[in-house]
Amino acid sequence: MTIHVRFFASLRERTGIDSKTVDADGLHSIRDLWSALTDEPLDETTLVAVNKTYAGPDHAITDGDEVAFFPPITGG
Amino acid sequence: MSPVQIELRDTSFDPFQELFEHRKTFSKIGNHGACSTFVGTMREYNGGDRVLAMQLEHYSGMTEKQLEEIVGEARKTHEILDGLLLHRIGNVYPGEDIVLVAVWSTHRKDAFAACREIMEALKSKAPFWKKETLVEGDRWVENNTPGV
Repeated sequence: MTIHVRFFASLRERTGIDSKTVDADGLHSIRDLWSALTDEPLDETTLVAVNKTYAGPDHAITDGDEVAFFPPITGG
Repeated sequence: MSPVQIELRDTSFDPFQELFEHRKTFSKIGNHGACSTFVGTMREYNGGDRVLAMQLEHYSGMTEKQLEEIVGEARKTHEILDGLLLHRIGNVYPGEDIVLVAVWSTHRKDAFAACREIMEALKSKAPFWKKETLVEGDRWVENNTPGV
């Protein structure tokens, strides 16, 4: 299973990852995917989108998904 | 139902000129009894610090999708005859406008409520991030100020 991962704003700078294709065999949820990418805990202020729609940390990932992690938004 | 024009701009815009031009596109005149607008402008100070510039990052594709959904949600409970939503991306400087939300309705109740609802939803759901350039260096804006 392949997942396309993206990080935005301060999270991108902290993790040093802009985008990455991850071989996610054996991973089931967003939380699993996060743990495979970083040792940091997935804190509750981190927002997650799957295929450009907001999702929670227990959302199941499927082959080909684009998963984005980002900090609280500050537009407007 | 008239579409609401939604656009991300990487150059500065004059919101009042935009409103003037947009009004010319109305296919029918005589229905639009109320227009409510919100304009957000970049300040030169934030939290007591002088801000020289700001970089507005967004999640291309998702930001547009969220803005469409936000307007769609507002339309479920308010009459929106026409609308205009512009938001800057890229480098922004003090005094430049960041966002314009304009809603035209038959009466002020829907225009006021929809404009505010769209603006507040944009602040919490549309993926944009601000990075400020200060005299001492750069910093990410961590939270938006409350609007209600």
